[in-house]
Amino acid sequence: MTQATMDQPAAPENGDGELTTADGTPLAVSLRRSHAQARRRAFFLVLPLLAFLLITFLAPIATMMTRSVQNYEVADYLPHTTEAIDGWDGTGIPDEAVFAAMAEDVRIGAENRTIGRVAARINREIPGVRSQMMGTARHIDEMTPPWKEAFIAEDEGWANPEFWRLVKRETRTLTPIYYLLSFDFEYDSHGSIVERPEEYQVYRLMFVRTAWMSLLITTLCIVLGYPVAYMLANLPLRYSNLLMILVLLPFWTSLLVRTSAWIVLLQQQGVVNDTLVWLGIIADDGRMRMIYNQIGTIVAMTHILLPFMILPLYSVMKTIPKSYMRAARSMGASPLRGFVSVYMPLTVPGLAAGVLLVFILAIGYYITPALVGGDTGIFISNMIARSMQGSTAELKLALALSTILLVAVLIFYWLFNKLVGVDRLKFG
Amino acid sequence: MAIPNYAGPGERTWIWTYRFICALIFLFLIFPIIVIIPLSFNAEPYFTFTPEMMGLDPEGYSLRWYDALFGSSEWMASIRNSFIISISSTIIATTLGTLAALGLSRRDMPARNFITALLISPMIVPLIITAAALFSFYARLDLANTFFAIIMSHVVLGTPFVVITVTAALSSFDEQLIRASRSMGAGKFTTFFKVILPLLLPGVIAGGLFAFITSLDEVVVVLFLAGPEQTPITVRMFSGLREEISPTILALASVLVAMSICLLATMELIRRRGERLRGMTPG
Amino acid sequence: MQTIKRCTLAAAVSAFALTAGSAMAETDSLTIVSWGGAYSDSQNRAYDEPFEEKTGIEIVHEDKAAQGLAGIRSQVEAGSVTWDLVDMLQSEAQRACDEGLVMEIPHDEWLADAPDGTPASEDFIAGTLGDCFVPQILYATMFAYNDEAFPGAKPQTIADVWDTETFPGTRALQNIPQKNLEWALIADGVDPSEVYDVLATKEGQDRAFAKLDELRDSIIWWSEGAQPPQMLADEEAVIATAYNGRIFNAQVNENQPFTIMWDGQMFEVDGWVVPVDNDADIEAIKEYLNFATDSQRLADQAKYIAYAPARSSSVPLVSTHADTGVDMKPHMPTAPENFQNAVQFSPEFWADYGDALEERFSAWLAQ
Repeated sequence: MTQATMDQPAAPENGDGELTTADGTPLAVSLRRSHAQARRRAFFLVLPLLAFLLITFLAPIATMMTRSVQNYEVADYLPHTTEAIDGWDGTGIPDEAVFAAMAEDVRIGAENRTIGRVAARINREIPGVRSQMMGTARHIDEMTPPWKEAFIAEDEGWANPEFWRLVKRETRTLTPIYYLLSFDFEYDSHGSIVERPEEYQVYRLMFVRTAWMSLLITTLCIVLGYPVAYMLANLPLRYSNLLMILVLLPFWTSLLVRTSAWIVLLQQQGVVNDTLVWLGIIADDGRMRMIYNQIGTIVAMTHILLPFMILPLYSVMKTIPKSYMRAARSMGASPLRGFVSVYMPLTVPGLAAGVLLVFILAIGYYITPALVGGDTGIFISNMIARSMQGSTAELKLALALSTILLVAVLIFYWLFNKLVGVDRLKFG
Repeated sequence: MAIPNYAGPGERTWIWTYRFICALIFLFLIFPIIVIIPLSFNAEPYFTFTPEMMGLDPEGYSLRWYDALFGSSEWMASIRNSFIISISSTIIATTLGTLAALGLSRRDMPARNFITALLISPMIVPLIITAAALFSFYARLDLANTFFAIIMSHVVLGTPFVVITVTAALSSFDEQLIRASRSMGAGKFTTFFKVILPLLLPGVIAGGLFAFITSLDEVVVVLFLAGPEQTPITVRMFSGLREEISPTILALASVLVAMSICLLATMELIRRRGERLRGMTPG
Repeated sequence: MQTIKRCTLAAAVSAFALTAGSAMAETDSLTIVSWGGAYSDSQNRAYDEPFEEKTGIEIVHEDKAAQGLAGIRSQVEAGSVTWDLVDMLQSEAQRACDEGLVMEIPHDEWLADAPDGTPASEDFIAGTLGDCFVPQILYATMFAYNDEAFPGAKPQTIADVWDTETFPGTRALQNIPQKNLEWALIADGVDPSEVYDVLATKEGQDRAFAKLDELRDSIIWWSEGAQPPQMLADEEAVIATAYNGRIFNAQVNENQPFTIMWDGQMFEVDGWVVPVDNDADIEAIKEYLNFATDSQRLADQAKYIAYAPARSSSVPLVSTHADTGVDMKPHMPTAPENFQNAVQFSPEFWADYGDALEERFSAWLAQ
């Protein structure tokens, strides 16, 4: 409405020559006011959803992520030791005072049945500590000072300097350890950061694998999606509407249905292998293994994500006038050259949207790799899901991996917003 | 894609090759979905075509897996649960999403881009992260294993689609129609119900259908949140696919494909109606 | 008028609630988490259904035992425990008990005596009762093969599994380090009684993984108990590790030509834990535990699945398979001819080394 007010030919003026509205308020003030009101009105429409998402989606994710740096076990369940060990210089094994504090903590922990929680935490880094602490907790009531001798007599593990250095280090309540592990690094027994032994390295490999498989899937989607989108965009509407159904039906079909379809097709006793055997191309005992490995994941996910490539490409290609290509041809460009140097650059916005969308969706995928990926065709999401079912330490590692994955996704999402704009997202 | 009449023989060959390649890609898209339908009528508990099926022998076909599906109280309970969850979450998601889209399309919306990005983020955050976060959130409120928590989670996942489709519908909305309506003496409410809503409705329904299918098809969040009382079909299908694959799953899959076809047809009708309303008839 | 009506209605409702309350126990349902499939069926028929009939308490099943420990932990941490009893492996139960996530169970106070009056603590197989754990069954994980795949010589020992020359074909193993590493060492010549001492050392671990490496190209992996019989039936694998009950099921109910190779079977017990702070009436839980683990009920379970009862007094009560009439005794992992080269799975070892070996195993698997 502001537009209309400004256009009025004979606007009233106040004495100073300022424009005013009918009730005498200066126009600028009134405009500002109505503008603010319009902003508020627009914002109030968005507010319910925004508040809902903040409370039930964004806040829970943020809260969960903060747990990946929390490290309260030693400080909470060994409070006396935490205090006593502060003064220890870290050489050899601590003196009687620290052992006495540990005895007190173990006694309380055995009573409350919480000692196992801290034992599990330390056991993650020094296997066997769980038995050592649990065994001592079981006998703590029969033990007598001096604690140092009593403990070491109970279990040799108490004489291990590495154990005590670890306890001292882990008294801090915030730790980057799970992020270090996520990149296959760890602390050595002296507290410096080192690469993990080769046989334990897996997460970098999984991140890299997730990225390259997603890239491969994205590339396959371009290769398969581009020609189809071009055809759809250039056919008369009658035909293209019909063919569009072939793209939209998979898009609307349940993900689990499509995944089961690929299991049906690709398994060893499945349709493809049967057909090949029937045709005599392969022998009955030479059936190919096309599923429960990387091939299965790549094929099924390409199929599932292909519509996300075709649809944005199609909507951009539809807006490119056909006369451009004719013009290129008439100026002597070969069909190929015309296509590459005139047409393709115009489709870049659609391509960018498709590529980023497919890639973002791919790197976070869980269901399809879980069902058809076997042991080599799985993504980082599957590792995360597996770790979430383990011990508390495993869970925190899963959260650290999740945070890294989420940051990666958000970077690409930001890029998408920058290059394409989230408001340009469309389906169908 | 008609072959231009100035095309030489080389170009003609190329165009036919191109058409052939496209046909193969279309086949890749549609074949896996079609192939499960005949297999769901398999008389044997196999996942492949038996010789009897290939010979079109009626003996090779049966409805036993459909019997197993519709005759099982567990599957039927899951189907019921799925619909309770999907329909409730769709209604809430559509309401919240449409309101938000109306706000976002206003010229005066502050921080539009940032807020849109936030509202669409549930679509791009990896589901395993969303699921774990929502689980710990609702468990803390003592609401895990309730329909309420599952429905609210599906509202979160469904709203981005509503926001996207309704915003798209609004962007092609001609504001002059409102002025025309008002200038002809229609009140605010008349204008809203007689002019704005009919034009907006296709977008809203499309968004609703997207939210519905998203909820119906969602696995990961319900794996975390659903207890035995709420188990939807997807959870049953997922564990079925991981453990013993029985053709009952294919029968259910075929039913779901039939449903997708209905939804798609509805979408197409809505789209055509929308185009007609805006005076942009195809062709 | 209105108020009076409302009052009588309220009175009627509360009266109804009262009668309903007194007719049933205070808790009218128990949520029980178990493994699903044939195993849950056997529990259902052997004691859940009789229990429901006897007490009127409804048993609600949840098939999430595979995520049992993580599930209890997150429920306890969130302060909302909806699971009343959880079926768990002994090793997991040990961890849950250490962490104070499950209740300590006074065995002789809660559990039924044997028919001859032997207290429960002496009746269960030695070493299987835990502070927080009541075992139901003893089961074996072992190799089984499809007869049709080996028309001539049949594999007899763990070493034969590694002999891909004589016995070619795919092996299906579970995608966890537990048991696979033990078998790898046994195949490599380690004496079964020393397996865990060797596996506790870095060299022993390297040796086990190196042995698994030898077989790597012939392995497909399974994750759910139902898969190996299916893999054998579909000939996706010729030899598979499996739970003995699943193979029994395929042999007897589906007439599959499978043979169990009892050599080197690894046995383990599975049983109940009770999460702390659960929302059920403790008396109902006690009643269930007492009933479901008495000598007759455990023997009854063996009518439906080939797992051995964890009570000595149940052994003579084991009879025939409920549906087929097959004598169950020779199919028990504890039958003398099956038990000769059995290896006891060590929950203690895996509670200590599980985290580290699982990580190494998943790194190895991903290579």
